[in-house]
Amino acid sequence: MATQLIRGYEVVIGIETHAQLSTQSKIFSGSSTAFGAEPNTQASPVDLALPGTLPVLNRGAVERAILFGLGVGAKVAPLSIFARKNYFYPDLPKGYQISQYETPVVQGGTVEFFVAPSTGAGPSVLHTVHLTRAHLEEDAGKSLHEDYQGQSGIDLNRAGTPLLEIVTEPDMRSSREAVEYARALHTLVVWLGICDGNMQEGSFRCDANVSVRRPGAPFGTRREIKNLNSFKFMQQAIDFEVQWQIDLLEDGGTVKQATVLFDPDSGETRAMRSKEDAHDYRYFPDPDLPPLVIAPEWIERVRSTMPELPGAMAARFQRDYALPAYDAAMMTQSKAFAAYFEEAAKASGQAKLAANWLMGEVSRRLNGEAIEIDAAPVRPAALAALIGRIADGTISNNGARQVFDALWSGESPDVDALIEAKGLKQMSDTGELERIVDEVLAANTKSVEEFRAGKEKAFNALVGQAMKATKGKGNPAQVNELLKKKLGAA
Amino acid sequence: MKALHEMGVAELGRALDAKEVSSVEAVQHQLERLAAHAELNTVLGLDPQALEHAAAADARRAGGERSALLGVPIAHKDIFVTRDTPTTAGSKMLAGYRSPFDATVVARLAHAGTVTLAKLNCDEFAMGSGNENSAYGPTRNPWDPSRVPGGSSGGSAAAVAARLLPAATGTDTGGSIRQPASFAGITGIKPTYGVCSRYGMIAFASSLDQAGPLARSAEDCALLLGAMSGFDERDSTSAQRAPQDFHAQMLTPRDGASAAQPLLGLRIGLPKEFFPKALANDVDRAVRAALAELEKLGATLVDVSLPRTELSIPVYYIIAPAEASSNLSRFDGVRYGHRAAAHGDLEDMYKKSRSEGFGAEVKRRIMIGTYVLSHGYYDAYYLQAQKLRRMIADDFQACFSQCDVIAGPVAPTVAWKIGAKSDDPVANYLADIFTLPASLAGLPGMSLPAGFGEGSMPVGLQLIGNYFDEGRLLHAAHAFQRATDWHERKPAGY
Repeated sequence: MATQLIRGYEVVIGIETHAQLSTQSKIFSGSSTAFGAEPNTQASPVDLALPGTLPVLNRGAVERAILFGLGVGAKVAPLSIFARKNYFYPDLPKGYQISQYETPVVQGGTVEFFVAPSTGAGPSVLHTVHLTRAHLEEDAGKSLHEDYQGQSGIDLNRAGTPLLEIVTEPDMRSSREAVEYARALHTLVVWLGICDGNMQEGSFRCDANVSVRRPGAPFGTRREIKNLNSFKFMQQAIDFEVQWQIDLLEDGGTVKQATVLFDPDSGETRAMRSKEDAHDYRYFPDPDLPPLVIAPEWIERVRSTMPELPGAMAARFQRDYALPAYDAAMMTQSKAFAAYFEEAAKASGQAKLAANWLMGEVSRRLNGEAIEIDAAPVRPAALAALIGRIADGTISNNGARQVFDALWSGESPDVDALIEAKGLKQMSDTGELERIVDEVLAANTKSVEEFRAGKEKAFNALVGQAMKATKGKGNPAQVNELLKKKLGAA
Repeated sequence: MKALHEMGVAELGRALDAKEVSSVEAVQHQLERLAAHAELNTVLGLDPQALEHAAAADARRAGGERSALLGVPIAHKDIFVTRDTPTTAGSKMLAGYRSPFDATVVARLAHAGTVTLAKLNCDEFAMGSGNENSAYGPTRNPWDPSRVPGGSSGGSAAAVAARLLPAATGTDTGGSIRQPASFAGITGIKPTYGVCSRYGMIAFASSLDQAGPLARSAEDCALLLGAMSGFDERDSTSAQRAPQDFHAQMLTPRDGASAAQPLLGLRIGLPKEFFPKALANDVDRAVRAALAELEKLGATLVDVSLPRTELSIPVYYIIAPAEASSNLSRFDGVRYGHRAAAHGDLEDMYKKSRSEGFGAEVKRRIMIGTYVLSHGYYDAYYLQAQKLRRMIADDFQACFSQCDVIAGPVAPTVAWKIGAKSDDPVANYLADIFTLPASLAGLPGMSLPAGFGEGSMPVGLQLIGNYFDEGRLLHAAHAFQRATDWHERKPAGY
């Protein structure tokens, strides 16, 4: 597939993601990881780096890393090394961050996802992004610069929170691909239960390494956009950055490696006032922590707890429910979504209809109200009942939408009762319909003649008249059929 | 009955059991001696609750509890954090610092019933071999107050040698238990890396630091080490093994041995590199006499080689400062410790606080460590040093295929005069040559009094065992001490 060029340049993007692991306690201490507590109430002597304290690795964090490794088909390293990344900052209590450097716990792996074509037309395309690695590390605390009258406050509640840093190869060629990768990764870590995925609280944050080049040229110099905590910002930031870099190159400039921040208010990226470039982190293996040894039995134990993954589930949906690939991918956007779909598909026996409703009305409502599918007031059984009534011709699609709205707003959970109460039942009595069709034909001789003269449009006008005469309750398929029969066109 | 301060740990324990003395009396007596001998500058802080704890120990004993250490007064090197007293690590950086918890070694000894009297002087952050690097002034050697007591556990060694305490804890990174024990004429053991928990020991070089006791005899060391050691889930480098009764191991006779020849069949390896031409005559003489004594006790002397002995100096002085430069980063003036009174921005606060808080030797090692870990130097220094460290450990294993323990001097000379080496850090580093190899290999080593040399200063004999062979070392040392009285000699005036 030809890469899409922007002003003659190819965009190259790699993503680094920090996923906060969903352990109860920190990666090297017993303190709670819960979000939002009073400053420094979740900081133990270890987190404060008091003299004499030592780190002890939380096995739960390792298990989550293993789960991730299995989930992306990576190598889970039988032996990996924790290293110290040395630098001074007030929210880094030890003066070093414990991370993994030369030998990470997860090596390689891939993430697959669909990207709709940029034109909006045509089938979505399956993309594969290769992961370089994923490694375990601890988060730093937070510096609080407000409310301290010229001084800074330090909150170490977050210090020592376990992170999995997931690094891709420079495999993405557009902001859309980058965002779809990030979404797919987000889906996966939440699906695996290793991260709560809460982007507002910083549980899932991305850094985008962006560069541009002429097709066929070596990689350009990259700039790293730090701490993107929404997909929308990610797209905006990359789009701005790409234009900025191309402008610079077109003006004869050269891109210098830098770390930049995205300002959502201005929509611009700007270089951090940074001493970063001068940093020498003096990585070396942490002598307080022996190498992390993961025996094959441990990996197998974790594997046995692994849920069916979104990719495998999507393949099964295609196979068992005859869903198109795109639909299957949409149905597996989250575990809850997939479960909802499967329940509705099974109960109604109409998988494609269920998928259409989930991608249509249900998603529209969820997005509009910014809620997750678990909180949807219409439960799968009700949706299945509704779909059943569409399939058996009891109600029209229009009628179904009205029933859906009523179900959503909580008027009643009973689909049939709502159809009855709202008088939405379609007229399926052939005798009654025949009578109406006859009347319509008699009253619209002109249209009949036109149709007979070969004017197809006239048929539609007759259907419209007939439907109008049934006050919209006529089953359109039946009305069609009757009209054709009477006109001798069947 | 002897004067209370003449009694070692085991002896005092027996006297306490026999109700010849109470812990309160023993503690009171040692507190008075500590106060009376302030000239040695061994004490950095007294535990205000010592007498209460002694009374509690007496009550436990009155309630029927029997334990060799119950009610025995000791003190801790000020590198172990304690709740009851400030912990300074011999540094201005931590002046007045109070830890909210006790080090595991401290807590375990307290659990065994020892009563902590004081925190003892040491080289700043355990960096030094003469106790001259303490921010609180040098400790003096009771055998000759113009000389150093050795370091970095110099306060511990001087206090025990002067009978101000029956025993004390120390830490050994490159010889900091063995060398001061040698210089002060007492017995000290550094166990295998991982035997004692490092939790609550202020880190100097994490891959080398080990706690151990300094006392009058191998028997006293065995009793203390039993209480101090054992797996600790808060230290990931702590060895996962069952608690050890080192005292029982020390007393277990060798197969086929007799009362006259308790060491029959024990092969003692003498690395030729431990007896170089440059070794001071007095040290050589005392060590060889001690080896002859061991032979009399049934041991066989075997010539072995540790070919990389000299290389252990550069290897150690790369690895230890590298780890130290990182370990000491937490002393930044942000959360605790010294913060410069006047400073500009953040960068300035770090610079001033650390410049004021750390002494010259600590700064020197932070600089060396930062340098060897820097981009472009890491491979040439740190990585090479790690490779050599592995080879040094392998050399020991080759020796242990020929012998059961290794013996040699602890230090090339007896204790030097205070100030004699202060302008020459390299001379100080070179003097660590015989203790560094076992440290780098993580092997247990001990020092026991073996006679006297120049200026009537004590000379120590070093014994090095294979991993977790503390019992064998203590057994040999105990046999030697039953046949000799070097360990019972004490400095005049104490």
